[in-house]
Amino acid sequence: MLEIQGLVKRYPTGDRALRGVDLTVPEGQVMALIGPSGAGKSTLIRCVNRLVEPTEGRIELDGEDLTRLHPRSLRRARRQIGMIFQEFALVERLSVMENVLSGRLGYVGFWRSTLRRFPQADVDLAFDLLDRVGLTGFEDKRADALSGGQRQRVGIARALMQAPKLLLVDEPTASLDPKTSRQIMRLITELAQERRVATIINIHDVALAKRFVPRIVGLREGQVVFDGPPAALDAARLTDIYGDEDWDERPEVDVDASDAAEPSEVAA
Amino acid sequence: MTAATRAEGQRRWAPRPLIANRTARWLVRLLVLAYLAAVVATVDVNWVRVAEGIERSGRLLGQFLRPDFASRWSDSRIGILESVTMSLVATVAGVLIAIPVSLGAARNLAPLPLYLATRAYITLSRTFPEVIVAIVFVVMMGFGPFAGLLTLTFASVGFVAKLLAEDIEDIDDGQLEAMRATGATWWQVVAFAVVPQVMPRFVGLSVYRLDINFRESTILGIVGAGGVGATLTTAMSRYDFDSAGAILILVIAIVLVLEYLSGYVRSAVR
Amino acid sequence: MPVRTVAGRRAWQRTSARTSALAFTVGVALLGLVLWSWELIARQTIWIFVQDAPEQALNLFERMLPPRWAYAEALLRPLWDTLNIATIGTLAGVALAAPVALLAARTTTPHQSVRAFALVVIVASRSIHSLVWALVLVFLVGPGVFAGILAIALRSVGFIAKLLNEAIEETDPKPIEAIRSTGAGPGETIVYGIVPQVLPAFAGISVFRWDINIREATFLGLVGAGGIGLQLNASINSLRWADASVILVAIFAMVLVSEWVSARVRSAIT
Ligand SMILES: Nc1ncnc2c1ncn2[C@@H]1O[C@H](COP(=O)(O)OP(=O)(O)OP(=O)(O)O)[C@@H](O)[C@H]1O
Ligand SMILES: [Mg+2]
Repeated sequence: MLEIQGLVKRYPTGDRALRGVDLTVPEGQVMALIGPSGAGKSTLIRCVNRLVEPTEGRIELDGEDLTRLHPRSLRRARRQIGMIFQEFALVERLSVMENVLSGRLGYVGFWRSTLRRFPQADVDLAFDLLDRVGLTGFEDKRADALSGGQRQRVGIARALMQAPKLLLVDEPTASLDPKTSRQIMRLITELAQERRVATIINIHDVALAKRFVPRIVGLREGQVVFDGPPAALDAARLTDIYGDEDWDERPEVDVDASDAAEPSEVAA
Repeated sequence: MTAATRAEGQRRWAPRPLIANRTARWLVRLLVLAYLAAVVATVDVNWVRVAEGIERSGRLLGQFLRPDFASRWSDSRIGILESVTMSLVATVAGVLIAIPVSLGAARNLAPLPLYLATRAYITLSRTFPEVIVAIVFVVMMGFGPFAGLLTLTFASVGFVAKLLAEDIEDIDDGQLEAMRATGATWWQVVAFAVVPQVMPRFVGLSVYRLDINFRESTILGIVGAGGVGATLTTAMSRYDFDSAGAILILVIAIVLVLEYLSGYVRSAVR
Repeated sequence: MPVRTVAGRRAWQRTSARTSALAFTVGVALLGLVLWSWELIARQTIWIFVQDAPEQALNLFERMLPPRWAYAEALLRPLWDTLNIATIGTLAGVALAAPVALLAARTTTPHQSVRAFALVVIVASRSIHSLVWALVLVFLVGPGVFAGILAIALRSVGFIAKLLNEAIEETDPKPIEAIRSTGAGPGETIVYGIVPQVLPAFAGISVFRWDINIREATFLGLVGAGGIGLQLNASINSLRWADASVILVAIFAMVLVSEWVSARVRSAIT
């Protein structure tokens, strides 16, 4: 369904973020993309919906090459591709409902959307999604009045409003506490499987990825160095991806039970 | 910086100087002195006249403080009304025009040629003082409040557009990207990601500009561009300082009302 | 409540019916006010002159171009005067503003009545346009640079004192309490507790005002208070438009340079 071939990205600064990536994601499959900081994970998924312009290669979604689309058809393609962000990227001063409905912008005309006269079918879908992500009754809250976990739930609902074929998720849990992280990961994977949405999740937390996602792809310096099920991801493979480290010594903390604070990189 | 460290034994302490380099410090002091000397040498003050002035200022203040609203009331009323209406219409028109201009002047939204063109306009309109612009408009349009209206609109567009554009450039890119990623058009991105973010600032700027426009409108009459300025100058040139005082008190009162209004509106839109 | 249930389905509106109605009413009222204001201005306007404007504009530009560059030499002295009016005026304004701000700030005022008086001074200084100040001062001390300096100073007092007052009221009370608890008197408390905290803001505000004052000093000459406005007025009155355009270019350059200098200095301070 999603087919990436020979994808290369060179930033104007000269950074070669991607050096020939080949990747296929079949319909409805959820996969995790792991790799050290700077490996090119964000670049890869941003190339897919062209928030970043790829330098070389093809990205086909259901046979259509996304890299060649002109503005109008690019917008058409984008509305089939949902995106969930690490920093949530909600419009802070709008209500939860407006944020969720904004997922329909690609389908609704300028005046209807600007006057907030969305079709009742969209409103129905928005209410259903809010119920599903556990935010019933939150419609009128402003996004800046929500907690991190709640914001990410709004972000998920917004992405699913697009009725996407493909979901791009960039570190959905990096700004959240361990328990909320697991809830969010569970929600994303469940919803993706329920609705048969192909999903790519960038994630730093290998344990979390192994637990929720059936396929893991490892990226290092812009190249795929691992592709397989969680079970195949042993210490040797982790060294391939991340470099030398005593992997076995790392305790697999059961975060559901403990509230031990993980070192997070949000502070940076 | 000026912590109260006591000198202990032989150790001496002085506040850290503003300019670290000794030579530079002396050079700056010397330059300042030279400049002041040059000023004293070139500004001639007629001290006899000033002495008279000090005496006269007492009388003047006395007249200002016993304002005479009655004798020039009809002129003052028309003038003040003209000032208020001019500044109101100019603010609304200016702000409406400033919206598209500010989009053009925001580097994160506009293509380069449009950016340069709008920035050129902004620089031009912000550099020339309103009175000077008014002189040109009066020559083109004839005397009256219409020239004043155009002047204030011209200046408001530059003022609001510049500050609004800075705000637009500072908005959170994440929200822009998120809207783009849904397949929204450029206009939808503006409506959903830009407008909500800049709204409070936009409203604040608009009421602030109304305040400025009113204050400017009180002097445009000096060059014939309408408003209360004409009455004010006439009163002053005939030494009717009690009438002038009345007009100035009205002006101050309206500025106070506008300031109160702007505080209220700003706290309402947050 | 934006959410209603209609025939079993949940409907959603951005705002409640009452809020929409209120917004609509305010909108219509504002529109009515603006239209009425416009009507008033339109009645005062002689439209034949306005229709003639494009022709007049063309005519004006023809007379202005090419600028008579030779005239530039005669402008050096007026530019120097303009610079002095702004600079010395700002210095004087700063010197006056500091005590006014201390008297006006809630945290430092000796008494409520003093505070009220200081606030009146601030409002009066700010509401009255520098051109009006200039008119008054020309009457008092005679035409010339000195009147301009005083006008700029008096207009700047309110501006600087208002912003400084806000800075003082926002100071962190903890260090001030600490100083006071050492047994320091009110003067020492100000010098050690408040001055260090507001000094950067004070310097920034002063430089910002200097830049505004350069712009204002360019037109004070229109009423005889010195600076390049004098030449502008003379050239326009005698219809020497090719000279006027040289003056406009000079003003443009001077204001731009001062804006650049002020921005540089301010970013160096903070
Ligand atoms: N806008 C940009 N301009 C220039 N270089 C960039 C840009 N964005 C990313 N890069 C570079 O591209 C490389 C890959 O960055 P990318 O953000 O895709 O990595 P990542 O795997 O998502 O890292 P992280 O895990 O820290 O999010 C890095 O070397 C980075 O410096
Ligand atoms: Mg990343």
